[in-house]
Amino acid sequence: MGVKVLAAMSGGVDSAVAAARAVEAGHEVVGVHLALSRMPGTLRTGARGCCTIEDSMDARRVADMLEIPFYVWDFSERFAQDVVQDFIDEYSEGRTPNPCMRCNQHIKFQAVLERGLALGFDAIATGHYASVVEGPQGKELHRAATWAKDQSYVLGVLTTEQLEHCYFPLATTPSKDEVRAEAAERGFFVAAKPDSHDICFIPDGDTRGWLAERVGERQGPVLTAEGEVVGSHQGAHAYTVGQRKGLQLGYPAADGKPRYVLEVRPKTNEVVVGPKEALAISELAGSVMSFAGADPVRSGLAEDASDEHGFGCEPFSCHVQVRAHADPVAASARVSGGELVVSLLEPLLGVAPGQSAVIYVGTRVLGQCTIDRTVSALQEVSSG
Amino acid sequence: MGVYLDYQATSPMPESVREVYVDALAGVGNPSSIHQAGQRQRAILEDAKERIARIVGCEPIEIILTSGGTEAINTALKGAVWAAQAARGPDTPTTLVSSRAEHHATLDALHWLSAQEGTDVAWVPVDDQGVLDTDSLEVILADHRPVMVATLLANNEVGSIQPVEEIARLSLEAGTPVHVDAIAALGYLPINFAELGVTAMSLSAHKVGGPVGVGALVLSRHAPELSALLHGGDQQRGRSGTLDVAGVVAFAAALELREQGRIEHGAQLAAMRDSLREQLCAAVGDVVVRGSHDARLPGNLHITVPGCEGDVLLYLLDQHGIQVSTGSACQAGVPEASHVLLAMGLSEETARGALRFSLGYHTTEDDIEAVVSVFPRVVEQARAAGMASGR
Repeated sequence: MGVKVLAAMSGGVDSAVAAARAVEAGHEVVGVHLALSRMPGTLRTGARGCCTIEDSMDARRVADMLEIPFYVWDFSERFAQDVVQDFIDEYSEGRTPNPCMRCNQHIKFQAVLERGLALGFDAIATGHYASVVEGPQGKELHRAATWAKDQSYVLGVLTTEQLEHCYFPLATTPSKDEVRAEAAERGFFVAAKPDSHDICFIPDGDTRGWLAERVGERQGPVLTAEGEVVGSHQGAHAYTVGQRKGLQLGYPAADGKPRYVLEVRPKTNEVVVGPKEALAISELAGSVMSFAGADPVRSGLAEDASDEHGFGCEPFSCHVQVRAHADPVAASARVSGGELVVSLLEPLLGVAPGQSAVIYVGTRVLGQCTIDRTVSALQEVSSG
Repeated sequence: MGVYLDYQATSPMPESVREVYVDALAGVGNPSSIHQAGQRQRAILEDAKERIARIVGCEPIEIILTSGGTEAINTALKGAVWAAQAARGPDTPTTLVSSRAEHHATLDALHWLSAQEGTDVAWVPVDDQGVLDTDSLEVILADHRPVMVATLLANNEVGSIQPVEEIARLSLEAGTPVHVDAIAALGYLPINFAELGVTAMSLSAHKVGGPVGVGALVLSRHAPELSALLHGGDQQRGRSGTLDVAGVVAFAAALELREQGRIEHGAQLAAMRDSLREQLCAAVGDVVVRGSHDARLPGNLHITVPGCEGDVLLYLLDQHGIQVSTGSACQAGVPEASHVLLAMGLSEETARGALRFSLGYHTTEDDIEAVVSVFPRVVEQARAAGMASGR
C-alpha cells in the first residue's frame, strides 16, 4: 500500500531517479523543488547544481515525465537565515561549518518535512545515498550499500523523529553510473547533468572572497604556537584549521617544513601556524548533539551514566568521521557533562571546531555532535 | 479542467473562437503583400480591426497590433521616453508618472527606463483599497513636466477600478499624455477609448478567450508618434513584424462574444463572486477582503488569510482540483509577496497570505460550492503548515 510521499527534486539526476522509484513503488508522489536563493541565476554554471531557474525547470520536466504534480516551495528566507547566515557567523567565530548539513538539519528535514507532514504527507524522499533500516529499537540510519557514494555523513544530523519520515530510494544503488543509466533509460535528459559539489550559494567557488565581502577584511598577524609573528593575513575568518595553501608566509620555518593552520582566533584576529604534527588531535567534543534513532543506551551499546546535564553514557567503541569524504577512524565515545566526547585510538589531523563529528557503529549512523573543542595529541588546542 | 477560477491569468478559448481561429490559419498570403492573396488577407485583418475598434471605442487606424499586452505597454512607455529624447536631445531629463500597484509589465519597464535612460519616475500613492490618489497626482503633475502618466484601468490583482476619467482629465489639463493598461478590464467593463480621452491603451487577447501572443496598443491619432521598439519593415505606425491575421480574427471573435453578454454575464459573475465572498468570510472569520469594496472587476475576489502562506493555500486547493492564484508575479514558480498589497500598505507577512479567485464566463454555482466546501479545512491545514515552516 502506497503512502503520500513528498519528493524533494533539486533538478539533479539523483533526486530525479529517487522520485521515479518512489512513483514506481506505488506511492502517491508530489514533486517539490526548493527555492533556496532569493536571486536565483537563470542558467546553471560550473559545478552548481540546484539553485538556478534552469535547475528548477529540469526538476519540473522530470515531474512532467513521471506525471506527478510539481510545485516550487520558497524556503529562501529560512535558508538565508539558518544556512547562509550561520555559515558567515561560524566563520566569523573561527569555526568551520558544513552548510550542507545545516541545510539538511534545518531546511530539508525540518522546515520542509514539517510543512509536508502538516500538508498530509507521510514521508520525504530525497536522492541521498543512505539507508533507513528497521532495527530492534526502531528506525536506524545506515551507510549506503556502496561505500564510495555513501552520503550518510551529511544525514548524521537527522533526529529519531525525522528518520521516521525519511525515504531514500537510492539506498541500495551500487553506483552513480547505474543511476545515470537508469535516468537515461527513463528518458530523463538530466541523465548526463554534471554533479554539483561546490557550496551552492557561492557561485564561483571562491569561499574566501565571498566571506571577505560579508565579514570584511582586517589585517592581522600569523603566529607560531610560541607567539612569534611569522606573517600577516587579511582576516582570520578566511582560514581553516589544517589549511596549508594560501598562507603566504614570508620565510620558511626553521626546520624548512611546511606550516599549517593550527588555530584561528577571530577575537584577536590571529592565525596560529605550526608543523603538521601539531595538527594531530587525540580527542574531540561537542555539546550540540543528536542521535539518529535509539541512543547508545537504548541501543545496548553503553551503560547509562546520565547526570545533572541530562543524558549520559559510559564509553563505547565506535568510529568517528569528521568530513563528508574522510575515512572513519576508530574511537571510543561517551556522553558526560552534556558533551559527546570522542577519544581517538589513532591521532587525527586537521579537525576544526564547527565541523560535525558523526559517530558510526558498523554501518549504522548513531548520531553526531558539532565539534566545540579538540585536544591536541601534543598539547591542548582549543577554539578559545 | 477541475474548478478553474484563474480567469485573470488566462481565459480559456471558447469553441466558436477556436473554430474561427483554425479556419483563419488556412488563409494564404501576407497581408502586406501587393498581390490579390495578400489583399484578401489584408481585408480579413482590417475587418477584424474594425470590429475590435467598435468595441473599445477607437478608430481602426489607432490600433497597433502587438505580440501581447507586455509589448503594447513597453512600446507606450519606452516609445514615449525615446520620442522625447529624440525631439529634445538625448540628455533631456524625462519623467514618467505611475503607481507602485501597476502590473509588472509597467513596473519593470519603468525600472528599466530609470536604470538605462535615467528617467525619473514620480510615484503616485494608492490608498488601502489599491485606488490611485488623484489629489497626489494633481500635485505631481504641477511639479513635473512628465512625458506620460501610466495607470491601470482596473487592478489585475485586487480588481479595484481606477478613476481613469479623473486621471485623464487632470493629465490632459496639464498637457501630459496618458497610457491606460486596460488588459484586466477588457471584456468585463465598458471601455471607450475616445470618451476616456486618453492617449494610449494596451489590450491583450488571451484574457478574453482569444489567443496568447496577440494584443494591441491603441494609440490616439492625435498623439505624438512613439519611437519604435521593434524595427524591420514598419508594417504599422513604427511597429515592425508580419501581421498575424488569424490571431487578430480570433481576438475580434473572442471580444465580440464577450461584449454580447458582458452586462448580463457581468451581473451574474458579480453575484457569484459576492456569494463566494460571503461564504468564505462566514466560514473563516478572519479572512480579509482586499481591494475596492464598491468599484471592482465583477469576477475578482481577493483575500488575505492571516497565518497562511498563499502558495500553501494554492497547493491545497489544487489538490482538491481548484485552480486559483496568489495574484502576484511568480519567479520560477515561487510567488513573491505582492507589490500591489505592499503598495496598499500591507505588511509583507500579511501580503504572503494572499489568494485571488477570478471567475469567468464558464464559472458555475457548483464551482463556488466546491471552494466553499473545502475552504475551512484548507485554511486549517495551511495554518498548521505555516506554523511548521516557522515563517
